[in-house]
Amino acid sequence: MTSTQDQAAIFNGTAAFKDSRSVDGTDTRTMPAFVLGEELAELAEVDPRIVVLTADLGRSNRSTDFAARHPNRFVNVGIAEKNMITVAAGMAAGGLVPFAATFGSFAALLCAEQIRTDCAYPDLPVRVVGHHSGMSMGFYGTSHHSLEDLAMMRSIADLTVVAATDANHLRALLRLSLEHPHAMYLRLGRGRDPEVYAEVPELVVGKALTLREGTDLTVIATGSEVAPTMQAADDLAARGIEARVVDMWTISPLDRSAVLAAARETGAVLTVEEANVTGGLGSAVAECLLDAGIAPRFRRHGVPDEHVPVGPPAALYAHYRLDGVGIAAVARELLEGNRS
Amino acid sequence: MDLAERARFVRTETVRLTRIAGAGHYSAVFSCAEILAALYHAELRLDPARPDWPDRDRFVMSKGHAAIGLYPLLADLGFFDPTELDSYTRLGSAFGDHPDGKRIPGVDFSSGSLGHGLSVCVGMAWAGRHRGSDHRTWCLLGDGELAEGQVWEAAMSASHYGLGNLVAVVDANQLGIDGFVADVMAAEPIEERFAAFGWDTRRVDGHDLDALLATFAALPARGGTRPQLIVADTIKGKGVARMELSPDWHVGNLVGADYDDVMAELNA
Repeated sequence: MTSTQDQAAIFNGTAAFKDSRSVDGTDTRTMPAFVLGEELAELAEVDPRIVVLTADLGRSNRSTDFAARHPNRFVNVGIAEKNMITVAAGMAAGGLVPFAATFGSFAALLCAEQIRTDCAYPDLPVRVVGHHSGMSMGFYGTSHHSLEDLAMMRSIADLTVVAATDANHLRALLRLSLEHPHAMYLRLGRGRDPEVYAEVPELVVGKALTLREGTDLTVIATGSEVAPTMQAADDLAARGIEARVVDMWTISPLDRSAVLAAARETGAVLTVEEANVTGGLGSAVAECLLDAGIAPRFRRHGVPDEHVPVGPPAALYAHYRLDGVGIAAVARELLEGNRS
Repeated sequence: MDLAERARFVRTETVRLTRIAGAGHYSAVFSCAEILAALYHAELRLDPARPDWPDRDRFVMSKGHAAIGLYPLLADLGFFDPTELDSYTRLGSAFGDHPDGKRIPGVDFSSGSLGHGLSVCVGMAWAGRHRGSDHRTWCLLGDGELAEGQVWEAAMSASHYGLGNLVAVVDANQLGIDGFVADVMAAEPIEERFAAFGWDTRRVDGHDLDALLATFAALPARGGTRPQLIVADTIKGKGVARMELSPDWHVGNLVGADYDDVMAELNA
């Protein structure tokens, strides 16, 4: 019994951290997508089923904000991610709705089997939050990157896979998740994604959001790549190219109708993801198109099938042309028929 | 209740159902037949009419490959019609080699991947206490399973959270698939290891029903703060001479006269 009280004491002492700065000097209070703990704390005021778990990463994913307000509903399992996911499954079997958060690399890769066998197969409402996904950990390197999580997670039956676009989008996902009947993998960036949604959007699982209309091609992006894709669309428009932009936040189930409409109505489809292109969003879209017998101009854009070099995140995005300028360039190549 | 008869029933049903499948885990069930009979007929707080009763005791068979021995007990208690077991392992059946908690009333969790069950029980026990229920959560593990690292993550967290409502039983039947646990990856000293992780421990002959009942009765009252471990010394394959402590019978199939001989041996 004393352990939860001890945790409360520990986490009541985190105020100092909230004013600290991250290693690269960014004021952590400006991390827009890291409303995770704050939003869950709000939701928990009215939903007694909510509990939050982390594996010694409360400061990183801001579940400390939840712990400060709901210390008896916060469980820090220490550096034991597999235990965390399965404990969460046991909690869900006991009537709770657990949110278990750790780096995407550990959540999806280290705990893939626990997610499949203990969460998805028993069809329990476990919400696995994989944050700092993709290569957003930058120079921390491959051990901390999750470029494979989309491919792995979307191949698990009865697991809903979604990606947060920005802070308001994450709020919408968390609210939606409370009544969602299946286990979920929520893919988050590192928390600095620029605002795409000025308000909390209305979300329905399986329905993508079209953020911009266009007739020349469709860019289907997910998660952290939505904001740079919007920049790219502006850049393309300045050159007379009108790009439709689809936020495919719902990876599994995929919004097939949005994909097929994009192909039929714009004739060219570019997918953009901060993930290994093998098996991720682009593969899901390609499967959808070929299954339907539709072959538009098409290109998967993401991280090639390689371990990325060391570098700051912004440098890596530029290196792989996953920033706004790069995406616009890739889009032009697609329309011009160039295949690099 | 004649618990010895119920343990015999677990064994004979395991032999009968395995013939439907054409292969099965006889010996891993035979080692825990008395444990299962004692738990389900004398210890667990259950109501077969209400399989989702929030205050029921939970039982997670972490060594899920012994599910074939659990199904007949659940049917016998009235969780479902015993004739449903005749579909065992046939296409679309609820009853496979490993238990499906979604489809089988009385099964509290789907298991099968060794090393996960104790973590499940930590979550269940934590949730139960959080909700103010006094139910216990029981976990049945194998001794070979203790080589899985996640078991020790769970063991550490159980004592850290003060889960006195959690009871783990290790069916120490001495054998894995490839040979003796002591040779493949030694699990002993099990009691000392769990004690070092903050558990109360005790050891019992897992085939002695009176000793099992006495051990269950001696557990601290519901509401304690230290997780409880029972190491049950057992014999893999217990009750069938050809299978006892034989590495050749982890999975097997009795056919023809062998089937009849084993049934006769169990019913002797």
